[in-house]
Amino acid sequence: MLKQFISLQWKSFFRSASLSSNLFFKILTIFFALYLIAMFTLLGGGIYFILEEKVQKDPLLIINQFLIFYLFIDLVFKYMMQKMPVVNIKPLLYLPFSKSKIVHFSLWKTILSFFNFIHYFFFIPFAVVLIIEGYPPGHVIGWTMGALALIYCNNFINVFLNDVDAVFYSFLGALVILFGLHYYQIFDVTVYTAPIFDALFNQPYLVIIPILLMISMYILAFRYFKNILYLDGGLQQKQQEAKTESFDWLNRFGGISVFLKNDLKLIKRNKRSRTAVIMSLVFIFYGMLFFTGAVEAYEGPVWRIFAGLFVTGGFLFTFGQYVPSWDSSYYQLMMSQNIMYRDYLNAKWWLIVIATILTTLVASFYAYFGLEVYLAILVAAIYNVGVNSHMVLWGGAYVKTPIDLTSNKKAFGDKQAFNVKTLLLTIPKLLLPMALYAVGHYTIGPMLGYALVTLAGLLGFAFKEKVFDIIEKVYKTEKYKTIAAYKQKN
Amino acid sequence: MITVNNLTKKYSGTTVLNIDSLEIPKGQSFGLVGNNGAGKTTFFSLLLDLIRPTTGAIENNQIKVSESEAWKPYTAAFIDESFLIGYLTPEEYFYFIGELRGQNKADVDSFLAPFEDFFNGEILGGKKYLRDLSKGNQKKAGIVASFIGNPEVIILDEPFANLDPTTQIRLKRLIKELADGNDVTILISSHDLMHVTEVCERVVVLDKGEMVKDIQTSTETLQELETYFTR
Repeated sequence: MLKQFISLQWKSFFRSASLSSNLFFKILTIFFALYLIAMFTLLGGGIYFILEEKVQKDPLLIINQFLIFYLFIDLVFKYMMQKMPVVNIKPLLYLPFSKSKIVHFSLWKTILSFFNFIHYFFFIPFAVVLIIEGYPPGHVIGWTMGALALIYCNNFINVFLNDVDAVFYSFLGALVILFGLHYYQIFDVTVYTAPIFDALFNQPYLVIIPILLMISMYILAFRYFKNILYLDGGLQQKQQEAKTESFDWLNRFGGISVFLKNDLKLIKRNKRSRTAVIMSLVFIFYGMLFFTGAVEAYEGPVWRIFAGLFVTGGFLFTFGQYVPSWDSSYYQLMMSQNIMYRDYLNAKWWLIVIATILTTLVASFYAYFGLEVYLAILVAAIYNVGVNSHMVLWGGAYVKTPIDLTSNKKAFGDKQAFNVKTLLLTIPKLLLPMALYAVGHYTIGPMLGYALVTLAGLLGFAFKEKVFDIIEKVYKTEKYKTIAAYKQKN
Repeated sequence: MITVNNLTKKYSGTTVLNIDSLEIPKGQSFGLVGNNGAGKTTFFSLLLDLIRPTTGAIENNQIKVSESEAWKPYTAAFIDESFLIGYLTPEEYFYFIGELRGQNKADVDSFLAPFEDFFNGEILGGKKYLRDLSKGNQKKAGIVASFIGNPEVIILDEPFANLDPTTQIRLKRLIKELADGNDVTILISSHDLMHVTEVCERVVVLDKGEMVKDIQTSTETLQELETYFTR
């Protein structure tokens, strides 16, 4: 029976549309994974010495102090990025597989995920260093196993979280608040959690606790999943109560208003697009890492532009990147209707521009960090509107991954709203303005840097129609391929 | 209205459609029958320029569909659920299609009024998005949307499938009215020989991509088709 499951999984992976059509992205993704592995390994091997030199305290104690945040952040990342691997469950239900087998298999598959696997590259080098540095090996092994068991606890907790958004967002809120309180030294949660991890090291037999916790999480996840394994349970699509809305105030936009209205409904009513918008709100606060000096590596002046681009461009990167995939489920309709590509594109462009202006307004609080920081944000916003807004639409014309807007079609919906590909496509849009700024900054001064980036933004704005001509051509030449790709779901 | 010349479509060497020449005059109600894989949906997709022909071309009112888009304003179609926007309510969907076809809200409302019977109270004013409707109700919404804005060419792929008996009868009446009234060219494919012979003036049989029969409908047509398919 296991053999059949594995063969199904194998086929679904190698026969998926995305593997054959996006080989380039697959390769990039693999490189990105290798990069992450290298970084985790370096960090695991090196953090002992870094901490020893900088803090002059027992590095293990410091790691224990922050392990709670490490685990929390792992859970957040798992929720956002880990696709829940599902064997297509519905067709198996009435076949002679026992339900337990189906559930066990689905759960075991998550264990093999990259998001669990990557932590070995941190903890094992760290453990090796500890042993070399003379920590008792038995204790080190117990501690490492305990930490990894907790990572797997996260893995199974993620199974529940994937179904209940409310739990996740309250959890994320709690994490942000705890971290903030810790940062401003109001309340330190690590005072309570660090002794737990210290104890785990000092009495290695305590490793039994995280392992038992992991096993019970597995059992809970198993029960939970098995219970909802009905067509009218977890496998059912959730229905929302619908309300007809007209958004007549958008009519002032003329020809493109019909698309704008539709796009607003798209964003409002679909899980996947809502996640994109929430991500773009998170991006606004990303700049805090740079301007508060929280991360040393981000101190260089060029990083200001980088931060500004992200702060004002969250929506641009999370939503714009995927035009026209948002409309993939009804692309055939769009292509046979009386639609001008120019109007369609313009509507998306306006949406991006409006969102960028709104985020720039929200980001006004960065003025608190000084004029130069605020200028960096404004300049980056101009560049985003002038250049990047076209660039994402251009790039998007080649991206042919259909988007499942509802994404909770299966018991384990895949949350791919924020994935590695998006990040990779983002890189070129960031390097050019950073380079321009650097040229100005290191020859005459920051003001010239800002002027150069602004100029590039304004130039891009001037070439908007030209770029739209190109995108229109791409849409036309790629039309048949795009339709064919969107027809293959998953 | 529709002119087909030397049209073929091949997928990796296999010919799935091969029509030498076909002329569908304006105002005709045209039925397409054939077993699975006969090429019915392929033909409609070619007609809507959703796939590219391997050779030949289709002209819709003297406009080559693969070269110009000028056929779009007067052509409407419902092929499958990918013609529906799942996150809209049926009303919003009708207004959206209406706006694309130059009809304002009031126009669409007055257009929808006579369809109350057809919708059987399950489409308009409900609290459901299109994606949450049953297959049959989705189909009803899609078919009616294709009638919005007085199109001159209407293409319906298997309109009778998934519909309940009452709705099938109502749909037949609707199609007949459209065909009788103004100069609307209707293209329909179906697996139901009875329905097709009832509503279509002309029935073409496709088999493995080839046109094997071209019949002007008469009282004997149903018998003829049944004999043909009893193989």
